[in-house]
Amino acid sequence: MMIDHPLLGLRDAQEFTYLGDASLIDRPDWQAEDAQETFHDYLYLRENPAGEHRELWFHETGDRSWLVVTRNTLTHEITKVELARDVARARGRSK
Amino acid sequence: MAYSGLRIIKEALSGHKGWKPAWRDPEPKGQYDIVIVGGGGHGLATAYYLASRYQTAKVAVLEKGWIGGGNVGRNTTIVRSNYLLDGNQSFYNLSLRMWEDLEQDLNYNAMVSQRGILNLVHTDAQRDAARRRGNAMLLAGDDAELLDTEGVRALYPFLNFENARFPIKGGLLHRRGGTVRHDAVAWGYARGADRRGVDIIQNCEVTGFRIESGRCLGVQTTRGFIGAGKVGVAVAGSSSRVMEKAGLRLPLESHVLQAFVSEGLKPVIPGVITYGAGHFYCSQSDKGGLVFGGDIDMYNTYAQRGNLPVVEDVLESGISLIPALGRVRLLRSWGGIMDMSMDGSPFIDRTPIDGLYFNGGWCYGGFKATPASGLCFAHLMATDTPHEVARAYRLDRFRTGHMIDEKGQGAQPNLH
Repeated sequence: MMIDHPLLGLRDAQEFTYLGDASLIDRPDWQAEDAQETFHDYLYLRENPAGEHRELWFHETGDRSWLVVTRNTLTHEITKVELARDVARARGRSK
Repeated sequence: MAYSGLRIIKEALSGHKGWKPAWRDPEPKGQYDIVIVGGGGHGLATAYYLASRYQTAKVAVLEKGWIGGGNVGRNTTIVRSNYLLDGNQSFYNLSLRMWEDLEQDLNYNAMVSQRGILNLVHTDAQRDAARRRGNAMLLAGDDAELLDTEGVRALYPFLNFENARFPIKGGLLHRRGGTVRHDAVAWGYARGADRRGVDIIQNCEVTGFRIESGRCLGVQTTRGFIGAGKVGVAVAGSSSRVMEKAGLRLPLESHVLQAFVSEGLKPVIPGVITYGAGHFYCSQSDKGGLVFGGDIDMYNTYAQRGNLPVVEDVLESGISLIPALGRVRLLRSWGGIMDMSMDGSPFIDRTPIDGLYFNGGWCYGGFKATPASGLCFAHLMATDTPHEVARAYRLDRFRTGHMIDEKGQGAQPNLH
């Protein structure tokens, strides 16, 4: 697999390590009333879709940026690559 | 028709015209007592034990493709009971004991071969860990033997003992572990279940569940609606896809594990060897091919094929352990989809929906669990209470903090 890094162009997937579903960006509010429940779901439950999947990859042996990669889990085709920083900021996170 | 040596001789003398299909190809009925979704090893074993041990009258196994086409025909055939944690030990202990009696129970040659599994150690710390695991295995009633370098050399003189970075310091030998012919397990359970009246329905994909007032009444399939008193799902890598149709999210990710087989060789590896310095395990099939594998590919996937970096990684590990492998040609490689759970341990449990049961999360260790998994799932569905050796395999264990994390990796499925 090749990942089209937004800053560096096509890079071999071997340069990256994989974390998992991009929903891990959306860490729940630890002070909320239902924090115990939402953290359980956040930490342990996964959509695990067969098809399009947004996921976090870390460019470990490259520029050490986190990416949100949209990839089809049936075909391994990658359709979109974004900097995780941009995705997080677009959702209102400070970094 | 019982199979026996006498029968083979008789058939040989009469031109092999008397053999009959080992199981029927029935049309689905409208209603069953229990429907099992998934005609893999675990599903077929569940149906077999439901019919043979729990006297369940009307059982069907629904399989979207053909039986034995999934992970039960894709694994590296290893069976063992070398677990460390309480929740796992008695379960795998039972499973290995069931493997020992399987062929007599099924009247089917599954080529159960207790050829021994050797886990190599390369450092003092690994030897300590192996000693601890070995002691735990002995306490659980399994067998374990700690070998020093010379003990390993006596068994496998061709290993790379002098590797400067990872010299072989010894190994933990589990003599009762070994290999089983995996297709024969699927076929043996299918034949045994069929003979006890179970309908094995192939080319029948479950497309949904009929759930009313929190109770599962049956399944929608590509061959029409099939009603059921109880539905059990045992679909390994497809667990999330199937259970999503019942509105459930699971603590699972699906990953691909690749396996490999070399050209046929004369007998060279008598048992199973696992490398302690890289992820690599190897045995030799009765046809002569070296069967080996390594790590999963690490990313979520439902494609039953992997990528080349893992191929390279597995072969590098293999050659660093067995330099002679460099002269052997690789014949085939393939992939199977693993239902990787959040703590590396499985589930055999009820779901929040009445009458719907789930068996999954076997990660890449499902094959060795087949007999006990089938028995425990059958027990759960027949009696509505968990089998005593599978009590820890609850779906809600992450909520209550009762994880069974053999590797101590935390909620990161691709590291288990």
